[in-house]
Amino acid sequence: MTAAEKKEMLRAVIGETQRMNLFQAINNSLDLALSSDPTAIIFGEDVAFGGVFRCTVGLQEKHGKSRVFNTPLCEQGIAGFGIGAATAGATAIAEIQFADYILPAFDQICNEAAKYRYRSGGLYDCGSLTIRAPCSAVGHGALYHSQSPEAFFAHCPGLKVVVPRGPIKAKGLLLSCIRDKNPCLFFEPKILYRSAVEQVPVKEYTMPLSKADILVEGDDITLVGWGTQVHVLREVCQLAKDQLNVSCELIDLVTILPWDKETIAQSVKKTGRLLIAHEAPLTSGFGAEIAASIQHDCFLNLEAPIERVTGFDTPFPHMFEPFYMPDKWRCFEAVKKLVNY
Amino acid sequence: MLPIRLACYGLRSVAANCKRINIGALSQITRKFSSDERPQFPGSRSQWTEKLEFIRPDLYDGIPVYRVMDRKGKVIDPSQDPQLSQEMVIKMYKCMTQLNTMDRILYESQRQGRISFYMTNYGEEGTHIGSAAALDPKDLIFGQYREAGTLMWRGFTLDQFMNQCYGNMEDGGKGKQMPVHYGSKDLNFVTISSPLGTQMPQAVGAAYSYKRAQNGLCVMCYFGEGTSSEGDAHAALNFSATLDCPVIFFCRNNGYAISTPSKEQYRGDGIAGRGPAYGMLTIRVDGNDVFAVYNATAKARQVALNEMRPVLIEAMTYRIGHHSTSDDSTAYRSVDEVRYWDERDHPISRLRNYMLSKGWWGDVQEKEWKENCKRQVMTAFARAEKKLKPNWKEIFTDVYHEMPSHITEQLKQMEEHVQKYAEHYPLKNFSKD
Repeated sequence: MTAAEKKEMLRAVIGETQRMNLFQAINNSLDLALSSDPTAIIFGEDVAFGGVFRCTVGLQEKHGKSRVFNTPLCEQGIAGFGIGAATAGATAIAEIQFADYILPAFDQICNEAAKYRYRSGGLYDCGSLTIRAPCSAVGHGALYHSQSPEAFFAHCPGLKVVVPRGPIKAKGLLLSCIRDKNPCLFFEPKILYRSAVEQVPVKEYTMPLSKADILVEGDDITLVGWGTQVHVLREVCQLAKDQLNVSCELIDLVTILPWDKETIAQSVKKTGRLLIAHEAPLTSGFGAEIAASIQHDCFLNLEAPIERVTGFDTPFPHMFEPFYMPDKWRCFEAVKKLVNY
Repeated sequence: MLPIRLACYGLRSVAANCKRINIGALSQITRKFSSDERPQFPGSRSQWTEKLEFIRPDLYDGIPVYRVMDRKGKVIDPSQDPQLSQEMVIKMYKCMTQLNTMDRILYESQRQGRISFYMTNYGEEGTHIGSAAALDPKDLIFGQYREAGTLMWRGFTLDQFMNQCYGNMEDGGKGKQMPVHYGSKDLNFVTISSPLGTQMPQAVGAAYSYKRAQNGLCVMCYFGEGTSSEGDAHAALNFSATLDCPVIFFCRNNGYAISTPSKEQYRGDGIAGRGPAYGMLTIRVDGNDVFAVYNATAKARQVALNEMRPVLIEAMTYRIGHHSTSDDSTAYRSVDEVRYWDERDHPISRLRNYMLSKGWWGDVQEKEWKENCKRQVMTAFARAEKKLKPNWKEIFTDVYHEMPSHITEQLKQMEEHVQKYAEHYPLKNFSKD
């Protein structure tokens, strides 16, 4: 097949595409959700004018004030309201302005939303609730505009937790979350809102949750990350190839809960080495769960200990962000250590 | 001429709109500045004042308590008697007394180790029945934990109550929660959860959904005065008013949050005092007066639906029983105080006196009903106790809509374990299906 034929085939399958950054892809996804589901509503702080990250631009104008509206400044209220709206039959899409501020809603999310179906014996549920929040480092966010809180929620059975790596995935994953019959948390790496740009299919599509993506195939070591870190690890793959002649298998976990242990395990059984990287602090970060499970399932396949390259066990600092982040040099150094173990 | 022109020049530098200045226009300029009479801050509804005066929170009496009957059950202002039918009033009475009887039996059953936990509703039966009777059976109820009477009014059977308390295989909740955490989809009663106040913003969201669905229904949200201190309560009241939601907030102010008396719970005029601050219609009622509760709820429902706005009802009552079977309230209040409410201001006695005055009830019916009621409760109790618990594998169901592989894996592991160590697990009490 020629390149042109391949392109033609892709166009036939995928259809028309449009250049979109992450916030535009999310905007598109939300628009499609509201257009296809008359019960869908979007609410949170400042969503009416378009949102502080422009994810909801134009939606109130298009779908109306009763469907896209501001709430008072209260995360526990936003989450509780969303749970109730979902329970009573609406598709509730809540926005928390920064993942750093999701903590006041923790009780509603973990004690209530996550347990609604279980505790009622299936009589009630809030499956049509999705909570979106911008997360992760942005260069200057410091303690309260940079957090990646996925690990807190990974510990809560009943929730789904999803982190997209770019516009194409985000559009499909968000629509999947909105339509999923379980309460979902969708953490959007804010640094990617503008910087991640792709040719995104214009049509409506979903992408499977709980299915990890193998982005680069390799034989020597498995690299696992999610969100922004996937792009860092991609550069690490190249560095490892160029400087160490090491072939890395890069996996985007995509969904933190329930996570695709199968794909990771299969990869590690092949490579024998695993490096997990995330911005969130080391202790009890989600890397810990992956490490514990993989060492259990792949013990005899491992050639080296499982390595985690993460943020330090400190709050997220302002001036020192370049030193705090699990950058490609720390990851590269870890790859070196693992292949030479 | 000159002095006027000079004066006008000063005004012109301030008033950008003024084009031509003459003496007649001076008064117009003053009128243009009448906007100076009120503060222009966004959202301001106020006038100015030049008096340095703080508002004293205790300057006025609290919001008055609406009642229909006196403490003896005599209607004070006949125009306020809702004139409910004999059938309805007797149903109310029977519901309250059946609740009371069920409470006695189940409380005792916990003492005897038959169920793990229980909470009684003593003294608050009026708040349940009076309000539930004024709602549409399809209005969605979010409760706290002391509203069993609303479920009973709607038709939750004694068997259903007991099955949940025993957590047996017929519990609608599949044995997942402690006793009194009732729920019913058919009766539009959202399953109770232990965290306090969480139901409040949920009720608001549900009401918003109902508003959008234009289904003619409202949402009823019960909570206690202790719970009103939770952040979720503030969130709910504020959201409901700003988002125009048809929700009735019904506060059972029963004087205690476990051992904490209401004077240690708040310093203002109770919960009703907060309503106007949130911009909502508010009333305080005598919670032990079934008719007052009924009237207020009926009116609140009308307003909530016709005007698409929330309403706050604070029902004053008294918690005659202990907080729960884990509490002994003699540790923090006098027996005399409790006895006063039990003997002198009880919703059941007051309604009974009303029925007696109407000739709708008598000693014979009382005796007959008491025996009947007790018998029904006891037989339901015996039935519930005999039933097996649900299959232990229910541990793993309903975590998600579909069972994910990691949970299936854990289920399988436990299945193998239980098979191997069967004699160490109480399998005979659990259903095999």
